Amino acid sequence: METRNVMIVGVGGQGSLLASKLLGRLLMDAGLDVKVSEVHGMSQRGGSVVTYVRYGDKVYSPVIDKGEADIIVSFELLEAARWLEWLKPGGRVVTNIQQIDPMPVITGAAEYPEALVDKMKAEGFEVDALDCLKLAEEAGSSKAVNIVLMGRLSHYFDQSREDWMKAMEAIVPAKFIEMNKKAFELGFEA
Amino acid sequence: MKELMLGNKAFARGLYEAGCCFVSSYPGTPSTEITEEAVKYDEIYCEWAPNEKVAMEAAFGASLAGRRSFCGMKHVGLNVAADPLYTMSYTGVNGGVIIGVADDPGMHSSQNEQDSRHHAIASKVPLLEPSDSAESLEFVKIAYDLSEEYDTPVIIKMCTRVAHSQSLVEKSDRVLPERKAYEKNIPKYVMMPGNAIRRHPFVEERTRKLREWAETAPINRIEKGGKELGIITSSTCYQYVKEALGDKASVLKLGMLNPLPEKLIKDFAATVDRLVVVEELDPIIEQHCLALGLKVEGKSLFPMEGEFSQNLIRKALGVEEASGKPLDEKIPVRPPVMCAGCPHRGLFYTLNKNKCTVLGDIGCYTLGAVAPLSAMEMTLCMGASLSAIHGFNIAGEGENEHKTVAVIGDSTFMHSGMTGLANIAYNQSNSTVIILDNSITGMTGHQQNPTTGLNIKGDPAGKIDLEALCRAMGFKRVTVVDPYDLAECDRVVKEELAADEPSVIISRRPCALLKNVKHNAPLKVNTEKCIGCKSCMRIGCPAISIKNGKAHVDNTLCVGCGVCSQLCPVGAFE
Repeated sequence: METRNVMIVGVGGQGSLLASKLLGRLLMDAGLDVKVSEVHGMSQRGGSVVTYVRYGDKVYSPVIDKGEADIIVSFELLEAARWLEWLKPGGRVVTNIQQIDPMPVITGAAEYPEALVDKMKAEGFEVDALDCLKLAEEAGSSKAVNIVLMGRLSHYFDQSREDWMKAMEAIVPAKFIEMNKKAFELGFEA
Repeated sequence: MKELMLGNKAFARGLYEAGCCFVSSYPGTPSTEITEEAVKYDEIYCEWAPNEKVAMEAAFGASLAGRRSFCGMKHVGLNVAADPLYTMSYTGVNGGVIIGVADDPGMHSSQNEQDSRHHAIASKVPLLEPSDSAESLEFVKIAYDLSEEYDTPVIIKMCTRVAHSQSLVEKSDRVLPERKAYEKNIPKYVMMPGNAIRRHPFVEERTRKLREWAETAPINRIEKGGKELGIITSSTCYQYVKEALGDKASVLKLGMLNPLPEKLIKDFAATVDRLVVVEELDPIIEQHCLALGLKVEGKSLFPMEGEFSQNLIRKALGVEEASGKPLDEKIPVRPPVMCAGCPHRGLFYTLNKNKCTVLGDIGCYTLGAVAPLSAMEMTLCMGASLSAIHGFNIAGEGENEHKTVAVIGDSTFMHSGMTGLANIAYNQSNSTVIILDNSITGMTGHQQNPTTGLNIKGDPAGKIDLEALCRAMGFKRVTVVDPYDLAECDRVVKEELAADEPSVIISRRPCALLKNVKHNAPLKVNTEKCIGCKSCMRIGCPAISIKNGKAHVDNTLCVGCGVCSQLCPVGAFE
């Protein structure tokens, strides 16, 4: 198969690491070549963070360039908007509608743009937006936002529900597995 | 079975499989995880050293004792360790020695963008450069064999995109070579002039032999494609080239970057119409080609700065780029910030309020330079704050002292701050030094250091007493302050700046992200009381914002440190 590109974007500390781990495991188990790339360090301190996941028969570059992403998965609304240019024509955005003010907004030097989901749709982007924080809390922990998003994302993957569950069992500690399965279901059904 | 592995983790796996027994490193992004992963193997002794020079010398000692050893660091760490490197090149090794160094093109988390290949060339030490996780593992084994066969330390150069990308690797079992006996050998290991003079020709001969090895080594390989274009490349650039050009170009993929082959490159050049070198940072392969008299393009097409990508290569070589469409909207930037509850915040607020000139250092606290705290005016390299304040105060002829402070973290102080402090103690400038003791190496993701009392595994270890150390150097004024207590911070900073002798303030409070740190309940704003004066906004806390004209606390971020409530004139934080 041709290489497919998924970008996971968000704010440092939001838990994108587990999401990329889950995706990596899922795709490796499917017998595909996989590369996952992220940057650690300074950018994790509440800054804008991005993880690239690429998979296919043979993957070379670990990064995704402008105009190459099939899907952008976003933990935070502004971050979805920030990375839109990386989306392929006809690509899709799957985003949490949670808003986290960046420092320039907090200090009043800039404003958080309004109605971003509507604006993205108006410009022709395919946007799948959901309140992951609410669903995560419903599942039992605000930390499960990442798994809620993965549940939603699974609509756009060929892998079966069983494949996803198997990958989850391989990377999530046993004591959190039931909560995470519920989070996945809630995201899937949303 | 294949496993998806971070480049740095695969490197550590390579150390394990190749029978490495001793690891000494100093953390530095993007190299840190090599050592953090190596410590998970009980068969390998691992430690955090106070700095990279100590780490490299410890690894040398372990090599003398006959074991395969490793030291890891980021690119700027190799500058600190340059002294042992250049002479270890002469002594050679007993057990194999690998130096892992990670460059950071694009400066995701660094103060400069230097190219470590220069150090390899200047020190005449071989350098290998993997392009993905599988090679990171494989090259470790090759490097140990080269190290022992050619009697040399070997550098393996990582970069951010190889170190911090995951790709598939195949694991195998550990093979532990027998410990080589240590034999007294004064002409080889005592580098005084009479002996070093005899070792230098050995080094030159070794480079000649290694170049011969490079001519046919499987890690320098040709991938045949179109003959119109031939690319010489290495590391992550190889991946970008393949992504951008596929089989359109022929590629010479180099795994060994020092010494570079001559015949192999000339032969490759002869098979293609146009020769292009694709390398990040400096034109090292390109200059080598020019020295061979080849017609080659490189930096005339590609930048000296930053990371490359497939689009960058497509654009430079006239292939159609991928492109997307941005949203027509002003998107505010999201720079990194000090975390909610960061103990550095109260101290930097105090320094800003007192209009101090702040000479800074390397760590999370470098974020003290960012608005609204804006309380740092200089950051150069590890330890420079303490050395620089001394020169700044003396050459300032009285204008700078009493208002200038140097700030340095606990780990950075142990790394290379102590010698700067010794200079102040010895040559007696009237300098005010603040050690920001958050009881951990924060920026690189929580590594222990000699002041924390714990070793790399989190087990009890020796603990250096900062107050006693400063007093032993001769400082009479050593004060400890809690940075969450703004009034006390203000009093102590004013008092120590006013003093007519050198002094040390230790601002002590553990990093708020440490697991063992207990947090208070998040604060709430009583909107009846809040007058919307924004006094609380002066500390740049990511948990506080203004909603409908009143302060608002994000309870998922707030750790209840209470610094904001000390700024509120009406007691609205509850």
